[in-house]
Amino acid sequence: MTFLPKPKFHHPAIARNELGLTHRDYEGSISTLCAGCGHDSISSAIMHACFELNLPPHRIAKLSGIGCSSKTPTYFLGPAHGFNSVHGRMPSVLTGANLANRELIYLGVSGDGDSASIGFGQFAHSIRRGVNMTYIVANNGVYGLTKGQFSATADKGARQKKGTINTDSPIDLVRMALQLGATFVGRSFSGDKTQLVPLIKAALEHKGPAFIDCLSPCVAFNNHDGSTKSFDYVRAHNEALNSLDFVSERAPITTEYAPGEMQVVRLHDGSSIRLRKIGDGYDVHDRHAAMTYLSQREDSGEIVTGLIYMHPEPEEMHEHLGTVATPLNRLSDQELVPSQAALDKINAALR
Amino acid sequence: MSIQSVNDFVVRFANINGSGSASANQMFARAVIRIGVPVAARNIFPSNIQGLPTWYEVRVTGEGWQGARGGADLIVAMNPQTFDKDVAAVEPGGYVFYDSSRPVPASKFRADVTVIGMPLTEICNAQYSDPRQRQLFKNIICVGALAALLDMDIAVVDKLIAEQFAAKEKLIAANQKALHYGYDWAKKNLSCPIGLTIRKSTAVGDKIFIEGNSAAALGAVYGGATVLAWYPLTPSTSLAEAFTSHCKRLRHDPESGANRYAIVQAEDELSSIGMVVGAAWNGARAFTATSGPGISLMQEFLGLAYYAEVPAVVFNVQRGGPSTGMPTRTQQSDLMACAYASHGDTKHVLLIPRDAHEAFEFGALAFDLADRLQTPVFVMLDLDIGMNHALVSPLKWDPNRKLDRGKVMTFEDLDSGKLFGRYLDVDGDGIPYRTYPGTHPSRGSFFTRGSSHDSMARYTEEGGPVAENVVRLLKKFDTAKHYVPAPVIERAARRTRLGIIHFGSTGPAMDEAVALLARKGIDLDVMRLRGFPFAAGVAEFIAEHDQVFVVEQNRDAQMRSMLMIEEGIDPAKLVSVRYFEGPPITARYIAETIGKLASQAPVVAKEKALS
Repeated sequence: MTFLPKPKFHHPAIARNELGLTHRDYEGSISTLCAGCGHDSISSAIMHACFELNLPPHRIAKLSGIGCSSKTPTYFLGPAHGFNSVHGRMPSVLTGANLANRELIYLGVSGDGDSASIGFGQFAHSIRRGVNMTYIVANNGVYGLTKGQFSATADKGARQKKGTINTDSPIDLVRMALQLGATFVGRSFSGDKTQLVPLIKAALEHKGPAFIDCLSPCVAFNNHDGSTKSFDYVRAHNEALNSLDFVSERAPITTEYAPGEMQVVRLHDGSSIRLRKIGDGYDVHDRHAAMTYLSQREDSGEIVTGLIYMHPEPEEMHEHLGTVATPLNRLSDQELVPSQAALDKINAALR
Repeated sequence: MSIQSVNDFVVRFANINGSGSASANQMFARAVIRIGVPVAARNIFPSNIQGLPTWYEVRVTGEGWQGARGGADLIVAMNPQTFDKDVAAVEPGGYVFYDSSRPVPASKFRADVTVIGMPLTEICNAQYSDPRQRQLFKNIICVGALAALLDMDIAVVDKLIAEQFAAKEKLIAANQKALHYGYDWAKKNLSCPIGLTIRKSTAVGDKIFIEGNSAAALGAVYGGATVLAWYPLTPSTSLAEAFTSHCKRLRHDPESGANRYAIVQAEDELSSIGMVVGAAWNGARAFTATSGPGISLMQEFLGLAYYAEVPAVVFNVQRGGPSTGMPTRTQQSDLMACAYASHGDTKHVLLIPRDAHEAFEFGALAFDLADRLQTPVFVMLDLDIGMNHALVSPLKWDPNRKLDRGKVMTFEDLDSGKLFGRYLDVDGDGIPYRTYPGTHPSRGSFFTRGSSHDSMARYTEEGGPVAENVVRLLKKFDTAKHYVPAPVIERAARRTRLGIIHFGSTGPAMDEAVALLARKGIDLDVMRLRGFPFAAGVAEFIAEHDQVFVVEQNRDAQMRSMLMIEEGIDPAKLVSVRYFEGPPITARYIAETIGKLASQAPVVAKEKALS
């Protein structure tokens, strides 16, 4: 398979965002994933989110590791630079890229094999380091490109297509992210676009490590009876904590909710997230409660989705490092190279 | 007969790790330099924090030889664990200075050395009540005694102490008091001076005494590096730490005080190199510092950076291998692991400095080359260069020098409609153009990947375009020959058919070995390699000689193999001389080995050598 160009025509009345761009400007090349793959829905949600946020696509850097999920950055945001790195190592490449230019928006796309198995360490350390990024894991519990082996997020007792039962404990990346200090944690389902798009929008606007675990069934190898990551299973066990709207600073509140039904979470740039609460008394700012809630629901076989946790005052790596506001990749020779006089002083001190 | 020598002898301090001896010993070395006499100082230390034996060797060398000589003329035997071995290692006619607080039986000494006892522990116990003070001042008292024994100007040491403790004034008087106590005690109770003396000289000139890792890190600062991602690993750790301290002094925004650099201690070497690749992809000058085990872990990323053509700078401070090997000993045994790092067909650029001065120069140059060639560049240091202080020419920086960012298309280039294909060989040198992410709204974006791609950076499995691209990488590697530092060739006074090839930290010992051999009537032309791929002149030098000795500090003659692989040299012509026991190679070892080989080896007929 080589490069597949997409036809450029579109309807003359196609919707444009504030940048004058259409959703076509947020597309990439044609997906080469299997028909019906959940990952394509995630790509589509990313394009929607960026379009609606009026983000210039070229100011986004999209990075991935290796695997089906990691192929997806080719299929969205064509005008953005992309980096399909090595297996499990997207987080370090993204961290380095972020160090070099703090002004771009960093979107990391990974899979459960990429982040929970081979790249578990890098996933953990990028989050505890506070990298300002949106980190999406397309989680299907199996290795697709190598044809259906279990990954580390496969549930205990889940059945492989060929019949093998998984006996190992699963890794829950959401709870890991919470424990490691992610300041934005959500879980969603590739089949639930109304939940996923605003979640990605809120994550992209979040200034800090934002993690989204997105259940994304593998139609080829993990969509059968006995799988706990199939479309049917996830739909049946999805416990949506809240549904949310991401509201930019200019958009007025139009829908009315009864008191107590809606929580407005204000963000630093003036925008807000409106949570239409379904879970009773759930506080999106309470990390400990989130951990407990997730454990309880897991025990009763439910998959909690929605915005699970958000720190009201997030920090990011550059604040910890004390780096200059100008991106490091734009500093001039003069700003970087000390003088011969400085060197003379060093020489003198070494005699 | 005792050795009599002015400004030319080796003092070896035998100590216990963690006893505070290091700073006192270094003070001794600095004092000799202040008197104007060059020294070559080396730390021989264990992979341990406290308790194991450690040695510090100060070669006092009026002629300025910077290599290790081998042997010791005066041993300061402060470690009972190694006492017998230390005494045995003294040259016949040498001197043993020891702590005589406890009686040592005469059988422990040799008849052919001069034994000098001083009850250091007893003196300290009488002078100080605090155990730590007893330990620390013992070292200073010892330096005082040595000053008397070697007829050194004590005022120089006084001044050094005053400078060293300028920030902690209370310590100046206390240290000077200890120093003078030792000096006066020795003058009164010992026969001073001994046959080894230090006399004022001007041989040091304007040279500086600097640690190689610190110099390399300073090179990175001048080379415009802004991102360092690293993982602690002996003997590279002090390079990362030096970069940190240099940046703290030299790299701030004068108004906001914010850092014009970012340093991340990564969770492992995979992550370090990953961050370097990410940062360099995004247009920052980024590097990591590591050693052999780290190089092993970085292999996959190095292949990606090679194939996806992302600049990356790796300082490899080599240590003894294989595996964990000898973390605190030196070798040049990662040549092939770096030159051909990662799976598949790969080749990488190596810069090979000989000392701290070149570590600074190549440390800066590496960033220009990585950007220019869009590929990983290794600076091949080793523990001998990195973790020792050396006396080298002062560091210089041309104020007119511009950082070479290589072929980067700007917004204006793209906007004017210039053709951009990420892997297109536009200029015929195999080096394509790149763009930084975020440059232009609609032009110049590309997808970076380690999977097969064509000249427009599109994924492809078509054999033709894939092969064409990797063949271009070979062309690029050829272009690199023009950018790496050229070999340095020094010809013998008389025409000779014998040549020597060496590189890196062997240089200082080689200078002396060549002089020793010349004195024996063995003339050799010498070529010092400074980079890989081999620049013009390397193959020619070999062709000009019947026999060429390749001197290296590894078991497998890796450089010799690389010469054979890359230049197609007849193996019969390249005679390998190797030393890989851990301590640095010495002038004596080189001179003896080559002296024997040069007299034994039949001269290869010219026809055969060239066939």
